[in-house]
Amino acid sequence: MAIDDPHPSAPPPALEAVGLSKHYGSSASRFDALSDVSLSIRAGECVAIVGKSGSGKSTLMHLLAVLDEPSEGEVRIHGTDARSLSARALNRLRNREFGFVFQQFFLNAQQSVLDNVTLPLTIAGLRRGARRARALEVLGTLDLAEKASAKAVTLSGGQKQRTVIARALAGNPSVIFADEPTGNLDSATGAIVEDLLFTLNREKGITLVIVTHDDELAARCDRQVVLRDGRIVSDSAAPVLEGVAR
Amino acid sequence: MKAVDLARTAVANTFRSKLRTTLTVLALFVGAFTLTITTALGAGVSSYITTQVNSFAAEDVLLVQATTDLTAAAEDDGPAEWDPETSTSSNSQAGGAPLAGAQAEPLTDDDLDTIAAIDGISGIDPVRSVSTDWVSTDSSAKFEFSVNPQSAVTVADLETGAQLDHSASDFEVMLPNDYLEALEFDSADDAVGSEVTIGMTDITGATHEVTAEVVGVSRSSLFASGAGANNALVTELASLRTAGIEGADENSVIAIAYLESELSDAQIEQVTADLSDAGFSAQTIEDQLGIVTTVIAGITGVLNAFAIVALIAAAFGIVNTLLMSVQERTREIGLMKAMGMGSSRIFALFSLEAVTIGVIGSLIGVGAAMLVGSGLSTALAAGPLADLEGLSLFLFEPASLIGVVLLISAIAFVSGALPASRAARQRPIESLRYE
Ligand SMILES: Nc1ncnc2c1ncn2[C@@H]1O[C@H](COP(=O)(O)OP(=O)(O)OP(=O)(O)O)[C@@H](O)[C@H]1O
Ligand SMILES: [Mg+2]
Repeated sequence: MAIDDPHPSAPPPALEAVGLSKHYGSSASRFDALSDVSLSIRAGECVAIVGKSGSGKSTLMHLLAVLDEPSEGEVRIHGTDARSLSARALNRLRNREFGFVFQQFFLNAQQSVLDNVTLPLTIAGLRRGARRARALEVLGTLDLAEKASAKAVTLSGGQKQRTVIARALAGNPSVIFADEPTGNLDSATGAIVEDLLFTLNREKGITLVIVTHDDELAARCDRQVVLRDGRIVSDSAAPVLEGVAR
Repeated sequence: MKAVDLARTAVANTFRSKLRTTLTVLALFVGAFTLTITTALGAGVSSYITTQVNSFAAEDVLLVQATTDLTAAAEDDGPAEWDPETSTSSNSQAGGAPLAGAQAEPLTDDDLDTIAAIDGISGIDPVRSVSTDWVSTDSSAKFEFSVNPQSAVTVADLETGAQLDHSASDFEVMLPNDYLEALEFDSADDAVGSEVTIGMTDITGATHEVTAEVVGVSRSSLFASGAGANNALVTELASLRTAGIEGADENSVIAIAYLESELSDAQIEQVTADLSDAGFSAQTIEDQLGIVTTVIAGITGVLNAFAIVALIAAAFGIVNTLLMSVQERTREIGLMKAMGMGSSRIFALFSLEAVTIGVIGSLIGVGAAMLVGSGLSTALAAGPLADLEGLSLFLFEPASLIGVVLLISAIAFVSGALPASRAARQRPIESLRYE
């Protein structure tokens, strides 16, 4: 638990990065993808991580989602240092608490939409019937019910992205990590997907961590964290938080 | 992920790349087919030999003959001079079978006493030579007929009826089934209980007839040829042959020594050693047939070695198939790991895919081998091998079929271990970045 918690009585932040750095390569050709990044995200917050291509947005998101290990610093989940968790506990955390929308779709092309959406539930060990029911429910809310048995390869781009979101939602996560969720879509479809994510944030209190270089999308979020060359150059929420702390 | 889902996913994944899977399965198929068919061939032939050997009632019996002094014979120049005191006319004992052929000295009464006195031997019977001319029934013509002198220790491979009763005083014969038609019996059952007449010529040239009851009908067998006669009939035929002339009874070359019951192998060895010290060689019937079984085992072994070579080639096929699969599915593996699937589960998934390929290949191979083997068995039994009754050339034993499937699945599992552990070791984020 951080000693310098700004709200001693409040619950610890859902996600917290403390002095995160990520280097690639050995000392001679070392490349710092991320340098000394600190950030804390409350449950229910909607955070946009913005910056130019190569600024380290995806790297930061992967570290926050415990998909990768930092070179320095630590990631805390509800106040617990991720390094103190066992591999099993980390798997459980990612399976139950996190939903992912990656920069690419990562759908299994030859499998049905339903099978793609049930994947996290299958990994969780849910029974077949329960998996189906839950996946159909989520597909229904995303207007994809009639595509449930279609092969993923036959879907349009927007349908694919909605399928990916359905997969992220299937496990009822408390945090959704979305890397360029609208990057592959035309603006109309992109808007639909955006609306969907913000609705989830508003209505279900799901924490959103959205990586984007789209300023409009970023503007719709509660908070914008701007990265440049692996460092945070501005964090719209920081002054407020610091203001409270002082 | 639950075990059922793991298995279901593994099976589904196996069929995703149909051509590749088919080719790998084909390689395993060849191995499984060869292994099954050679094992069945070995089992079929050995089982046939074993039944044949068992028909000799080999237990508790030693075949004893005087030790032939090969070294002495070699030192002599040419054949030994005839000496009326020691030499006997060389009349090989009747009855084919591998047991007779030895050119040993006949056993004297003293020899028989010596043998009987050895610890562990409860009795000794010289194998009597009987010669018969023909057999007939009331309605049939006369047919050439010979009695197997070893029928005293033989348990016939019965088609119907009962074994010979050697303690009975009535004359009993065991009739080979190829006599049924000639003797105008409608069936084997018809023959049992009926009387046959056996004709013979004694040493003076006079002919005799003896009637005996058919107690059983035997299948013809590799080692026990000819008809069987019980002790009473053999004794009668032997004494008729000498025509009452004193000393005309020929001494036997081979005697059957009965062992005391329940001797251990070590004790039997001791008896054999004692016999050897006394100048006799003794063999169990298994000893005599050992060479046959060794040859069969050798042939089966060589054939199986070919099958194993095929399987090793197939194993590399599996490694290759799965490595390509892991490569192709890098992102999928990364995704599953990102979504919280543990490394051990990933390993299990890919191993199961390997095992699925193994099980499919081996099941098809075993099935095809059974079809082909049974077909060949039937065809050969009807044609070239018709004389070897009771021989099913390919014997498919459930245990060895299961063994083949298990072995191949195990080979598949081992081959899958490398690709599976490579998949399990992948870091999720690197897999997801993979282009
Ligand atoms: N495995 C790696 N090895 C070496 N360098 C890497 C590796 N992964 C990322 N990088 C580098 O780290 C930097 C940050 O990468 P990152 O993917 O976080 O960028 P990004 O901000 O998400 O960019 P984009 O908007 O194009 O997705 C890049 O310069 C990239 O080349
Ligand atoms: Mg990126």
